[in-house]
Amino acid sequence: MQSQLPLYPEQASNFAPHVDALMVFITLVCLFFAVSVTIAIIVFFFKYHRTKPNAVGVPLHGDSRLEALWMVVPLMLAMVMFSWGAVIYVDYRHAPQDTLDIYVIGKQWMWKAQQPNGMREINELHVPVGRNVRLILASEDVIHDFYVPAFRVKMDVVPGHYNTMWFRPTRPGRYHFFCSQYCGTNHAIMGGWVTVMEPSDYAAWLAGSTGGETNPVVMGEKLFAEKACITCHVANGSGRAPSLNGLYGAQVLLADGSTVTANDDYIRESILQPRAKIVAGYQPLMPTFQGQLTEEQILALTAYIKSVGTQPVPAKGSGIAPATGKK
Amino acid sequence: MSTAPPLTPDRKLPREHYLNATYGIHSWLLTTDHKRIALLYLASVTFFFFVGGIFATLIRIHLLTPTGYLVTPENYNKLFTMHGVAMIFFFLIPSIPAVLGNFLIPIMIGAKDLAFPKINLLSWYVYIVGGCFVLYSFATGGLDTGWTFYTPLSSVYSNSAVTPAVLGIFINGFSSILTGLNFIVTIHTMRAPGMTWFRLPLFVWAHYATSLVMVLGTPVVAITLLLAGLERMFHLGFFNPALGGDPILFQHLFWFYSHPAVYIMILPAMGVVSEIIPTLARKPIFGYSFIAGSSIAIAVIGFLVWAHHMFVTGESTYAALTFSFLSYLVAIPSAVKVFNWTATLYKGSISWDTPMLYALGFIGLFLIGGLTGLFLACLGLDIHIHDTYFVVAHFHYIMVGGAVMGYVGGLHFWWPKITGKLYPEALSRLAAVVLFVGFNLTFFPQFILGYLGMPRRYHTYPPEFQVLNVMSTAGASILALGYLLPMAYLIWSMRYGKIASTNPWPATGLEWTTDSPPPTENFHVTPQVTWEPYDYKSRPELGLAGGTAPLAPAHGDD
Repeated sequence: MQSQLPLYPEQASNFAPHVDALMVFITLVCLFFAVSVTIAIIVFFFKYHRTKPNAVGVPLHGDSRLEALWMVVPLMLAMVMFSWGAVIYVDYRHAPQDTLDIYVIGKQWMWKAQQPNGMREINELHVPVGRNVRLILASEDVIHDFYVPAFRVKMDVVPGHYNTMWFRPTRPGRYHFFCSQYCGTNHAIMGGWVTVMEPSDYAAWLAGSTGGETNPVVMGEKLFAEKACITCHVANGSGRAPSLNGLYGAQVLLADGSTVTANDDYIRESILQPRAKIVAGYQPLMPTFQGQLTEEQILALTAYIKSVGTQPVPAKGSGIAPATGKK
Repeated sequence: MSTAPPLTPDRKLPREHYLNATYGIHSWLLTTDHKRIALLYLASVTFFFFVGGIFATLIRIHLLTPTGYLVTPENYNKLFTMHGVAMIFFFLIPSIPAVLGNFLIPIMIGAKDLAFPKINLLSWYVYIVGGCFVLYSFATGGLDTGWTFYTPLSSVYSNSAVTPAVLGIFINGFSSILTGLNFIVTIHTMRAPGMTWFRLPLFVWAHYATSLVMVLGTPVVAITLLLAGLERMFHLGFFNPALGGDPILFQHLFWFYSHPAVYIMILPAMGVVSEIIPTLARKPIFGYSFIAGSSIAIAVIGFLVWAHHMFVTGESTYAALTFSFLSYLVAIPSAVKVFNWTATLYKGSISWDTPMLYALGFIGLFLIGGLTGLFLACLGLDIHIHDTYFVVAHFHYIMVGGAVMGYVGGLHFWWPKITGKLYPEALSRLAAVVLFVGFNLTFFPQFILGYLGMPRRYHTYPPEFQVLNVMSTAGASILALGYLLPMAYLIWSMRYGKIASTNPWPATGLEWTTDSPPPTENFHVTPQVTWEPYDYKSRPELGLAGGTAPLAPAHGDD
C-alpha cells in the first residue's frame, strides 16, 4: 500500500525496480554535494560575518590541487551515473525476440490499441503479466507520447514512422497511462488505463471477442484486393511488382545495390512513398497511397503482408536478396 | 547595522550625469548612450516579466483543483505557452545581458560606450518590434503550441495565432545577435590601458561567453521558426510528414539553439554572482581563471548536448549515448563554479547585505537545478521523468532560481551606480528571504509530482496529485509577493532613496571609480588599470584595513 503522500509510483514492470534504484543512487550522490555545499555556506556565512566595517578577507587566490580534486571526483561519479543509465536505456531500446506485439495508434485525443488477434480497445490496454510486451506506436496526426509511470517507460509516437517500446509487466493491476508529449487542446485527457492480467485471465479476455472483420490479417487481405495491390504484387512473382510472399523480415536487394530489412517501417514507407526504395529489377511504377490509407489500414496491410511472410518465396521475382534470404 | 551601505546625510548627486545630461522623450528614444539603452531595456523586460507573471499566476490558480475550474483547456494551453514565450524570449534571454550587461560592460572595461552605439539602439528597436508581433499574437487568438513550437502541431494542427508569434521571435532573434556582436567587439577592442584579459571582471568573461552563444546559436532558431511559419502559411513540407517532411528534424534544429539558450540565461547570472561574492566578502575570488575558463567551457560544450531533449523520440541508441555523455561533461564546469564561489567565502569578511543574500540564494537554487540536471541527463531515468513535472521543476530552478535570482541580485548590487540612490536595506533583505522561501515552496513539490508521473502541460490531472499542486500554488503566492516587493521599493527609491556614494560597498571594479550615476562619457579621465581584479590589498584608496593606508571610516566622504 502507498502512503498518503507517496514519493514514487507503484512498481509494475521489469524496468521499475532498476529505474528506482538508479534514482536512489543519484539522489544520494546529489544530496551529499548539496548538503556539503549548503553547510559550508551557512558555516562561512556566520563564522566570517563582517563585524568591523573596514575589515577585509584573507586573500586566497586559488589552489590547483583543490580545483583538480573537484573536477575529477564529480566527473567520476557522473560517469557512474552515465553508465548505469546507459545500461537500462540500451536494454529498453532493444526488445527481446519473444515479444507479444500490440499496435497502438495515437490521434488527437485518444489511443487505439489492437491486440494480435485483432481485438481493439480505446483508451485501454490489456496485457498479460510476466510476458514481454512490445508496443508498435503510430500517430495519425501530431506527436504524442505513450507513458506508463508504473512501468517507468515512455516513448514518443511520431507521425510518419513507427516507434517501438517494450516492457514486462510484473504485477497485475490497473495503472494510469498518459500522453506526455503536448499534442493540443485535450492533451491532458488523452490517457487511460493499462490492465495487467494473469495470463489465463488475459487469454479468456482475448477469447471474448475474436475473428471476423476485426482481424487485421483478414482486413488487410480485403484491402489488398480493394486497393488493387494484388494486380501487380502477384503471389507467384509473375506480376509487374515483386511478390510479397516470404517478404516480412527478409533482406531486400534494392536497385542501387544496397539491401534493406523488410520490417514495419520499410513496408509503411513502400506504401506511402513507393519511390523511396526501388527493388532491384523492377520499374518504379507504383503510385503513392499517401493520404488514402489510415494508420489502421496501413497496419492491417502490414499484418497481411506479415501473414504471407510465412509462405514459400517464389523462385522468380521476389526481390529478396538471394545471399541472405529469410531470417 | 554596521554593514549596511553607509550614508552621508548631506551627500549630493554629481551635478551632471547621464540621467540629466539631456531632457525630453527624444533624448531617450534616440539615445545612443549604452546606459540609457539599458534603462529602456529595463522597462521593457520588466513589462514582459509581468505579462508572463500574470499568465503564471492564472496557471497556478487553475491547477489548485484536479479538474481546474478557472479556464477552458484551450485557454490553459494558451496560458502556459504565452507564459513560456514571454518569459524566455522577451524576459530571460535579454534580462541580464541587455540591462546589466549593456550598462556595465563598457564601464567595467573603461570604455566610453559599446563599439557600435547605434546598433545597440537598433537592437532595442528590433526587440520592441518583435515584442509587438508576439503581443499581437497573444491578443488575436493567443498561442497554444507550447513555447517549443513542436511540429506538426505548430505548423499544421494548431488553430491559434502561430504565424505572428514565430515572426516576432524571428525578428527578436536579431536583437540578440546584434547585442552579442556588440559585446564581443567591445570586449576585444575597447579595453582601457592596463585592462588585460585576465584583469577583466568575471561578469565580462561571462558575457563574452554568452555573446558567443547568442551570435552562433540564435540564427539557427530564427530560421527554424521561420521554416515552421512557412510550412504553416504555404504548406512547404519541411517538418510535416504528410508533405514528406520530418517532425524530428524540427526538434534537432530547435534544441540546437534552445539548449544553449539556457546558458544565455544562466551564464550572465553566474557573472553577477562572481562579482557580488568577492566584493561583499572583500577578498579576491577563489580560482579566477577556473571561473573564467568554465564560462567558456559551458558555452562550447553547451552546443554539443542538444539531443538530450530527445531521448524518447526514437533517436538512435548511439546518438542518445553520445548526448548523455556530453551532457554529463557540461556539468563539470558548473560544479567548478559552485565550489569556487563557496571557497571564496572561506575566511572572507562577509557582509549580510541584500546582494549577498541573493548571491547565496542563487548558489543554493542553482545547485538544486544543476544537480537535478544529472537525473535528466541519465538515459535510464529520463525514460521515466522526461516531459513530467520533474523537468518543469528542474528548469525553473535554473531559469528562475538561478537566472532571476542573479538578475534581481545584480539590480540591487548596481542600483546605487545605475540610479545614484540606495534602496531600503531592511525591506530588501526581507524580500530576498520571501523570494527564496516562496520559490522553493512553489517548485520543490514539482520534483516529486514529476517522479510520481504527472506529465507537464496538463490542464487537468488525477486527484492523487492534488496535495502537491496545492503546495505549489501556495508557494507561488509567496513568490509573487517576493517579486512585487523589490519592484515597489526600487521604483520608490529612484525618487526617495538616500543618495549613494561613488563606491558604497566598496568594490574594486572600474565602474565603482566613477560617479554614481556615471557621466554620459562614463569617466572624466580615461582610467588606467594597475591592479588585479578583486584585489583589496593594492587599493589603499578604498580605506579598508587590508590596504596600506591608515584605517579610516570605510565610507567617509567621497
